[in-house]
Amino acid sequence: MMQLNCPWCGVRDEPEFVCGGTTQIARPAAACADQEWGDYLFFRENPKGLHRERWRHTYGCGQWFNVVRNTMTHEILAVYGMQEPPP
Amino acid sequence: MSWKHLRDTKQKYSLLTLLQGAASRHREWAPAWRDAQPKPAYDVIIVGGGGHGLATAYYLAKNHGLTNVAVLERGWIGGGNTGRNTTIVRSNYLYPESARLYDFSLKLYENLSQALNFNIMLSQRGLIVLAHSRHDLESMSRWANAMRMNGVDADLLTREQVKHLAPALDTSSHARYPILGALTQARAGTARHDAVAWGYARGASALGVDIVQNCEVRGFIEEAGATVGVDTSLGQVRAGKVGIAAAGHSSVLAKLAGFKLPVTSYALQAMVSEPVKPMLNTVVMSAAIGSYASQSDKGEMVIGGPLDLFPSYAQRGSFSVMQDAIAGTLALFPSFSRLPLLRQWAGIVDVVRDSSPIIGRTPLKNLYINCGWGTGGFKAIPVGGWTFAHVLATGRDHELAEPFQLDRFNTGRLIDEAAGSGIAH
Repeated sequence: MMQLNCPWCGVRDEPEFVCGGTTQIARPAAACADQEWGDYLFFRENPKGLHRERWRHTYGCGQWFNVVRNTMTHEILAVYGMQEPPP
Repeated sequence: MSWKHLRDTKQKYSLLTLLQGAASRHREWAPAWRDAQPKPAYDVIIVGGGGHGLATAYYLAKNHGLTNVAVLERGWIGGGNTGRNTTIVRSNYLYPESARLYDFSLKLYENLSQALNFNIMLSQRGLIVLAHSRHDLESMSRWANAMRMNGVDADLLTREQVKHLAPALDTSSHARYPILGALTQARAGTARHDAVAWGYARGASALGVDIVQNCEVRGFIEEAGATVGVDTSLGQVRAGKVGIAAAGHSSVLAKLAGFKLPVTSYALQAMVSEPVKPMLNTVVMSAAIGSYASQSDKGEMVIGGPLDLFPSYAQRGSFSVMQDAIAGTLALFPSFSRLPLLRQWAGIVDVVRDSSPIIGRTPLKNLYINCGWGTGGFKAIPVGGWTFAHVLATGRDHELAEPFQLDRFNTGRLIDEAAGSGIAH
């Protein structure tokens, strides 16, 4: 089972968490064109390999945090805060 | 007696050839399809030798007379999701656009063994979606009415009828998941998934299509803003048009071509038990537990689970998700509790936000894509191939595929079938 290292609670099993998908996507201005807004809402890199994503410790402390995870091996290479730049 | 005709890959299978094959001790059969090496150029290249890719190649040749076509497959044909699904075919969708699309697919399935001269073992044993609450019953009557309005068969069952249809279900009043009724589609059922891949491969190959295995596409050749071929592990191959039918790996190919898709790849898992005598003659789904079960012709209980809800390209599912799927299934079918599981696996599915497919153009000229089927691609193989072949051959969207274009994610005209997908994905 995959385990994540919650910055507040430590290492816990994956079922305690919910994945929020790709993280730190810049939100365009509300007045942007449909094309840009659709891209922001739906279009993703969906990489095979390293992926920067957000997780929430839903059944624990309830806090969000970011991870860098390999989508082929599920190995987690880094955990960092919501406001921090990716390592 | 000569058995030479059995060595012809284009032979028609019949009772007579079967008897002749038996008399020749089955030593004379030709391979069902021709394993080809790539030529320097084709009219159309299909990237991906799963069900959708093979069906597309078959209908390009059959419906449009295009036979200078290659299917390039990274592994072996039908070795991805086509061989990893739970073989269920159905068309119980909510919206008219989806109903038209999926019911056309089911109708093609109904005649596919004859059309392909290859037994796909279609078994229209029916499908029931269980209602566990009054609210489920209400939404199911809406669902059944919508299906009937769209010309698709649907019925509502009482608890007694469910009990009669699937006595192994726990229909008692103290069940963990009480069963109040069900939605049923009698024309739904199962088909042999390998046979679907091989039937289309055989049909396409007999019409002249090259099926190339162990050929990984590593890039797209672009000239003057148009796609003119692919770079592969077996060298460059040029093409008039290129079609991508790569399911969970669609984003990887789109990245090679230089555009993004509204797709997230997830692992979807399934498992089978040891084979037992016939005890379940319908497909049972339950949105509440997020899993579904049927019995294969070999007697195995085939159990499908929900998605592992984080992006993944690993073809294995999480243990916790398997445990949930099993626990839920055992609550529905207490008698399954002593069945050992034989195998468990996962396929990588291409999920889009509205759970509806994308069949048509990409931002690049002469590059087309068929993806976004998510957890339900198998049932759609015939229509996916039919409509994708149409747009590749004519340059115009097939009328069934018109609503299912990539630009709907920018125009906002989504076809949100999340509720109609049958189980809670």
